[in-house]
Amino acid sequence: MSNAILEVRERTTKNNVILEVRELTTKWVTRFKEDICAVDHVSLKVEEGKSLGIAGESGCGKSTLALSLMGYYFPPLHYMSGEIIIAGRNISRMDPDEVRKSILGKEIAYIPQSAMNALNPTQKIIHFIEDVLQAHDLYITKKDIYERARTVFETLGLPAEVLQKYPVELSGGMKQRTVIAVSVLLLPQVLIADEPSSALDVTSQKMVIKMLRQLMEVGFISSLIFITHELPLLYNVTDDIMVMYAGQIVEEGTAKQAVFDPLHPYSKGLMGSIIVPEQGQRDVKLTAIPGVPPNLKNPPTGCRFAERCKYVRPDCKVIPVGLYEAYGGRAYRCILSEKELRDAYLREAKKDAR
Amino acid sequence: MPDEKKLCLSTSGLTKVFGFGRQKTVAVDHVDIHFYEGEVASIVGESGSGKTTLAKMLLGLISITEGEVYFQGKERDISTQKKKKEYWKNIQAIFQDPYSSYNIFRNIDTVLLDCIHMRGGRHLPHAKKVEMMAEACGFVNLKFEELTKKYPFELSGGQMQRLMIARIFLLNPKILVADEPTSMIDACSRATILEMLMQLRKEIGMTVIFITHDIGLAYYVSDTVHIMEHGKFVESGSADEVILHPKEAYTQRLISDVPKIYEEWDLSTV
Repeated sequence: MSNAILEVRERTTKNNVILEVRELTTKWVTRFKEDICAVDHVSLKVEEGKSLGIAGESGCGKSTLALSLMGYYFPPLHYMSGEIIIAGRNISRMDPDEVRKSILGKEIAYIPQSAMNALNPTQKIIHFIEDVLQAHDLYITKKDIYERARTVFETLGLPAEVLQKYPVELSGGMKQRTVIAVSVLLLPQVLIADEPSSALDVTSQKMVIKMLRQLMEVGFISSLIFITHELPLLYNVTDDIMVMYAGQIVEEGTAKQAVFDPLHPYSKGLMGSIIVPEQGQRDVKLTAIPGVPPNLKNPPTGCRFAERCKYVRPDCKVIPVGLYEAYGGRAYRCILSEKELRDAYLREAKKDAR
Repeated sequence: MPDEKKLCLSTSGLTKVFGFGRQKTVAVDHVDIHFYEGEVASIVGESGSGKTTLAKMLLGLISITEGEVYFQGKERDISTQKKKKEYWKNIQAIFQDPYSSYNIFRNIDTVLLDCIHMRGGRHLPHAKKVEMMAEACGFVNLKFEELTKKYPFELSGGQMQRLMIARIFLLNPKILVADEPTSMIDACSRATILEMLMQLRKEIGMTVIFITHDIGLAYYVSDTVHIMEHGKFVESGSADEVILHPKEAYTQRLISDVPKIYEEWDLSTV
């Protein structure tokens, strides 16, 4: 059944890269006309069939990046510079109405943080789906809508009875999965999932993760951007991981590199907060990063992590740091060289062992 | 843990039934559980297994349908408001949602002052009270000078949860019920809060009842683990025993549901 839907889809991309973002900068403007640059010169590339994970603690601009990637800006979020290229079209300077009509849902779908609350409590799920599909195609018949919804739901392992239910009749995990299924009804190229499982218990979380993986396998979406602070989750879902701090990317690399061999001191600190139920993990000491992220109203001129960094040097607070490439197709934002960082971590490990 | 374990809190046949007739739901079903002094005991189960209901009954926040709670070997008596307050000097809680744990009309000073007053510090000079509050805030890495005259909603989730720990520090209870204290905050603050909780436990030697759905977290913090399914305990034992060598199928499922990094995570078993 799913093949019928797949034929509807037109692959417009000529090359392999589906979403390309170049030096995107967006800001929030507060009531007092203060600018908060929550996404600062972020560049990323998502290839077909690949998934990208974005990690970082709260207040680092992960969700703002997700919102900015859609190209649909509304106050207080404002676009400043940069390009978002999806399927060969630059959507960063497009008219918001045009973006809503032709991009959202069809090219990029977004699952917000509390997606469960996105469902209207007075509507059955099928009526909600009717609204979504009719907004994009006025002349679609109710029979077609039902067929399409049923096919997608059944392919993803959700019972078709869900369609005739009200949101209150569904459990939290089921609601979340319903929202994900609805978001891919129009077969978007990229799905941005912003903490889709943070309010769920581990069992429902696993179901959601399984579903996200399934979406890629079945071909409902071409690529996935997954945002979370749970690193073990990210490691299991995504191919590449990007670590964000204070609106900037501080580390880029494959999932394995980022989790087992982090370069940037901040990523190193994040990896220290992993808790997994495996032998020997009980004695591992959790390393928390002291302090809080800087206020982005007036970010520091030098390295933004300098205030909380263990390996800070006097230069760090003065010289702006760029994103340096490292061996193995990865990048990190630190004034120290790869070798210096590794040496520092080794010394630290030895000190802990003693 | 000491060799001879002293019973701190225990229950016999504790039951809670919501609704009646056809809509009857047995949330907690004849539970016998023992908590010993100074231990960290985790209660693990998926959502809807009755963990929070059990915690609320232990705290005396909701009525008990059947069964008894024994506090330090004696039957708990919270029939009057005065006795209830006396009981709450011994047992305190941290809840899941820090945003709804505070009275929004009261600032941080009053929150902390209340705790001092509750421990009988009402007649202390003001300077002494401030010193105590500053000490408590310092314990959780908050600066008291920055917090005075502020309201809890001006803090971030992690800071609020830390302020909650500062409260516990002042109250000095015998038992702390931590009901998913880290499920709403990010992984980085989670590490901070767990460390503080464990440090506090060492400092004042209290019993911690840690409720969570994440078995990895339970493994990290606890001495004993109790697995709960549909209002009943299916497996109990020391953390190493239960989590590294689970016997029940339910426990095995819970462990397999947690994402792993050193082993393969099997997604097919949902």
